[in-house]
Amino acid sequence: MENKLIVSSSPHIRSSESIDKIMRDVVIALSPALVASIYYFGFGAIKVLLFAVLGAVLTEAGIQKIMKKPITISDWSAVVTGILLAFNIPASAPWWIPFIGAIFAIAIVKQIFGGLGHNFMNPALAARALLVASWPVQMTNWISPGPDAVSTATPLAILGGEADPTAVLPSLMDVLIGNTGGSLGETSAILLILGGIYLVYKKVISPRIPLIYIGTVAFLTLLIGGFDVPVMTYHIFSGGLILGAIYMATDYSSSPVTPKGQIIFALGCGIITTVIRFYGGYPEGVSYSILFMNIASPIIDKYTSPRVFGEVK
Amino acid sequence: MELQTFKGGIHPPHGKSFTAMKPIEKSNEPKIVTIPLQQHIGAPCQPLVQVGDKVKVGQKIGDTEAFVSAPVHSSVSGEVKEIAQKLTPTGQAVCIVIESDGKNDVDESVQPKPDVEKLSKEEILKVIREAGITGMGGASFPTHVKLSPPPDKEIDTVILNGAECEPYLTADHRLMLENPERVVYGLKVIMKALNVKAGYIGIEANKPDAIQVMEKAIKGEEGMSVIPLKVKYPQGAEKQLIYACTKREVPSGKLPMEVKVVVSNIGSAAAIGEAFKTGMPLIERIASITGSGIKEPKNLKIKVGTSFKDIVEQCGGYNGKIGKLIMGGPMMGLAQFTDEIPCIKGTSGILVLSEEDARLPKPQNCMRCGKCVEICPIGLMPLYISAYGSNNMLDKAEEVNALDCIECGSCSFVCPSKRPLLETIRVAKSEINTRKRKQQQK
Repeated sequence: MENKLIVSSSPHIRSSESIDKIMRDVVIALSPALVASIYYFGFGAIKVLLFAVLGAVLTEAGIQKIMKKPITISDWSAVVTGILLAFNIPASAPWWIPFIGAIFAIAIVKQIFGGLGHNFMNPALAARALLVASWPVQMTNWISPGPDAVSTATPLAILGGEADPTAVLPSLMDVLIGNTGGSLGETSAILLILGGIYLVYKKVISPRIPLIYIGTVAFLTLLIGGFDVPVMTYHIFSGGLILGAIYMATDYSSSPVTPKGQIIFALGCGIITTVIRFYGGYPEGVSYSILFMNIASPIIDKYTSPRVFGEVK
Repeated sequence: MELQTFKGGIHPPHGKSFTAMKPIEKSNEPKIVTIPLQQHIGAPCQPLVQVGDKVKVGQKIGDTEAFVSAPVHSSVSGEVKEIAQKLTPTGQAVCIVIESDGKNDVDESVQPKPDVEKLSKEEILKVIREAGITGMGGASFPTHVKLSPPPDKEIDTVILNGAECEPYLTADHRLMLENPERVVYGLKVIMKALNVKAGYIGIEANKPDAIQVMEKAIKGEEGMSVIPLKVKYPQGAEKQLIYACTKREVPSGKLPMEVKVVVSNIGSAAAIGEAFKTGMPLIERIASITGSGIKEPKNLKIKVGTSFKDIVEQCGGYNGKIGKLIMGGPMMGLAQFTDEIPCIKGTSGILVLSEEDARLPKPQNCMRCGKCVEICPIGLMPLYISAYGSNNMLDKAEEVNALDCIECGSCSFVCPSKRPLLETIRVAKSEINTRKRKQQQK
């Protein structure tokens, strides 16, 4: 025995999973929609993406340096926050909008509460809420895809009557592939779903939250909308529902950890989204519904602990 | 064929290919054996011999009056050289050091026992106790105690644990393949001792050869059946095994007898079989010497008291720079800091990991991914127990059922943030238990 042996508590082996692998998978899942957003919105999309990601990564590194903590930007989590934030901003926004949003997301929502895993809200969504409240004009200046990039309304605003009454609904096909007005990532439902399937396949997320969330919205929209199937379809595939349900509501730190809790969480998101869309002042309700349920997550966890094996009733 | 199993669990890399196909070999005759007087849960034995005494193979050299205990026997013939406190794989214990004369003279007390059908329950239990048989999966609970439930507890099922879900280990697998008759006879003895009609042998489906051999071996035996189990860790954990085989749930904080079941290990059953057929007490056992840090991995039949060092030498020595020496498997085994320790009744394997395999990644923040909740075979929330325990919030930790943890280690294995979940839960459990004992004393 020439060398010293490592002595530690069992187990002595670990799975090959890691934070950076998971986060990288999320980036991979988001990339088709990311490429599509650049295809549809051109330079505007590149600008928003660049400043959001840059802002997130620089803020994370800067704060960790000031707080003399190990710098963890290589775990890709700041990149994910940056991309998700960019997906929530219209391509027409000036460069400082995504930049300020990213700083807020990382500095205030994530790092002040203890960094990765300690944020009680989804950082990208909280930042979006801040941006919408502070710069509502820049944040809702929707442009149509393509080189002309004229101002347009989102399908949901048209449906909800908030838009110019002369605006016409885009075709359902355009909504599905993303050829419609909206923020970067709100548009291409198909590519977002493709990424979601990848995440479920890689076991990064369980399909529980997305399916129940979207299902609840579908059911309630059908009910409230008087069983109008096209209206329901627009509600599901346009706007941020797909993005929110697959990539935001499934955020680990701000959603419940128990299977039962996740079901309640997703149901709550679905109900609040529908209520805001039909009865609220906003055409879009995804971000506030998720933020609201984020806050409820700890208490949901507390009351939905799984049944312990051999529990005596 | 439908495979039986439980809810939750993980799929660690098997690592069994090192030794699964290797027949059991006899370990080299040790020159010196160091036999601890405590190799089991319960009271330590008192030495029955003195320095300078001559002893023979199978001679009882340590025993006690205490009920929860098991005697120990010499595994060689020779002379007692020393009786002193020594390092053992589980800590420290008084050990009897015997220098072998190489003759292996067998003690007169080692005589085949009469057919089990002719013996009473008490006689059977006495044979098992006198043979020093304990659980051989790791915890080493004295078998005769396990087979003596209080009179008000009815037992209707015996399960032999042939799951061997621990990665790397193949000792039970090889034993079932090479000596199924002993295992079956041991099961028969246990069933007779408990007056039970149903005896199951649960085997994970990754050992189809063992399933086949055991099915053949139980032909003609009344009430016995082989139950193929899904390959999943911790399939061989007592409560999970009972659930898989009988769909009965052992109540929280209770023992298997609460659901009329007794579980025994394959190795223990074979040792019982041996004690009846030849009269030889438990003085040797089969262990897998395996892992990336061993030159020639083997399954060896080892005499209790042989040092790890001798065993490793017989397996070609260490393979390069080694990082970890473990008694048992990688999920629940005990890491050792030296190889100058004796094999004991509970040594199911010696696993040596290379420095690269042994290095554990640095823990990072918990991201609340919930994977530990999803896989916990007991339905606990390891992340919360760990967090409460680490912050000394023992009431909270107890509230989230810390004491139900079976310490299988699945949560630590699966955690993407590489957090030492089980380690912190263990600390919390022991703190809670200490506090409980203190409160009781008041």
